[in-house]
Amino acid sequence: MSEHNDFEPVIVGFLCNWCSYRAADLAGTSRMKMPPNMRDIRVMCTGRLDPTFVLKALREGADGVLVMGCHPGQCHYVEGNYKAMRRIALLKRTLKQFGVEDERVRLEWASAAEGPKFAQTVAEMTETIRRLGPLNWKRLISSNGHREPKIEPESEPEREEVAA
Amino acid sequence: MSAKPKIALYWAASCGGCEIAVLGIHEKILDVANAFDIVFWPCVLDGKLEDVEVLADGELLFTLFNGAIRNDENYEMAQLLRRKSQVLVAFGSCAHEGCIPGLGNFSNRRQMFDWIYHDAPTTHNPDNVEPVAGGWDFPEGHVHIPGYWDTVKTLGQVVDVDYYLPGCPPEADRIWEALTAIMEGNLPPKGSVIGADVTVCDECPRAKNEKKLKKFYRPHEIVPDPEVCLLEQGILCAGIATRSGCGALCPQVNMPCRGCYGPNEGVVDQGARFLSGVASVIDSQDPEEIEAILDTIVDPAGTFYRFSLPHSLLHRVAMGRQDLQD
Ligand code: SF4
Ligand code: FES
Repeated sequence: MSEHNDFEPVIVGFLCNWCSYRAADLAGTSRMKMPPNMRDIRVMCTGRLDPTFVLKALREGADGVLVMGCHPGQCHYVEGNYKAMRRIALLKRTLKQFGVEDERVRLEWASAAEGPKFAQTVAEMTETIRRLGPLNWKRLISSNGHREPKIEPESEPEREEVAA
Repeated sequence: MSAKPKIALYWAASCGGCEIAVLGIHEKILDVANAFDIVFWPCVLDGKLEDVEVLADGELLFTLFNGAIRNDENYEMAQLLRRKSQVLVAFGSCAHEGCIPGLGNFSNRRQMFDWIYHDAPTTHNPDNVEPVAGGWDFPEGHVHIPGYWDTVKTLGQVVDVDYYLPGCPPEADRIWEALTAIMEGNLPPKGSVIGADVTVCDECPRAKNEKKLKKFYRPHEIVPDPEVCLLEQGILCAGIATRSGCGALCPQVNMPCRGCYGPNEGVVDQGARFLSGVASVIDSQDPEEIEAILDTIVDPAGTFYRFSLPHSLLHRVAMGRQDLQD
């Protein structure tokens, strides 16, 4: 991967109202330092996270998606976070087939008391995505069938690998 | 000269099944022929492109257009028939969502040509001939070959579509309903998908209990109980994420719903919906065990997006990793 010096990752964060959103609050009120790259969206529970949200975020320009919820066993709705655990696991497998790197979608747990963990996770995620570079999905899928209907055989791309 | 309204039926990137499905309305096809003047139906009648080109814009009352858009010819025909038709119906899953030809979006033009013209064990092509967009000149004249696209699109992604008639192929009863609606001038609001709003599960007579799964099976790996929901038995059934209107025919003969009617009303991405439902019925809270259970789902993307890849949020796989850089 080449250097991405001026690249500022756009990360969409889906935070559970009962824990990670409060951890974010705590991190903020405690004036912990963390990169400003994440746009937080509050959900009532990670179990509310429809995989569609993640796909939409990636398609519309997010470079990564961080989902954070209550620790296993501590979900306000008993097992929403277990559902999220399975959905994200299956979604990651699916995304891999689309050519999206595994690290671009991450699921973490942080209780309302874990401000430092929150700040650290955001920092790590930002660095990981910075290293991977922009996703830029719309451009990534542009092809001769997108730009225009005509195909110039000479300008056709070299043999490409579909990421397995 | 007949005063009957003129209509057309056309196929783009499709298998021909939709054409057969039209004939599935049986002798009612004669009513259609009585009511309309079929000017263009390449699969069945000897009409020519010129017969369409000479028409005034909007002179066709309607066109039933089946097939996805995957080359220049499909695209030009879509534009032509859009111009000539008052009502353009995306007929069948390919025109609606891309369908099986849309699985080409897991690949690209180069990879497909490599396989089809070079690498497939059944290919014999010692001169390494490939189709060249534009075609060739021969002493007898020019042979035109339309350019082949990397990406399959739906009809609605390239032209304005009035109605969608889903299904692979659409069920004869739905086709007849649509045709009568047109004949009686009794059309639903523009953009409507003609089918039911609910899911296939709703029409499916199988007994539904709580679903808790430790393993998934491919249909050939298990003899399913004929009365109980297939998903409950570990068979990936897309009924949970698919619009009904088909009458739940597949689950009634022990085959899981494949999803050909597309997402039910209000759902954006059928694959995400299917994925979400499947993940939530896995019976484990242990990450390692979950991964082991997921290992029994072969080809998740291909399963969840079997009919709807071009219509999905991500649309296709990433074209090439080099685009990630620079
Ligand atoms: S999942 Fe399939 S088998 Fe089960 S109720 Fe729905 S359509 Fe019927
Ligand atoms: S309430 Fe926090 S993950 Fe369910």
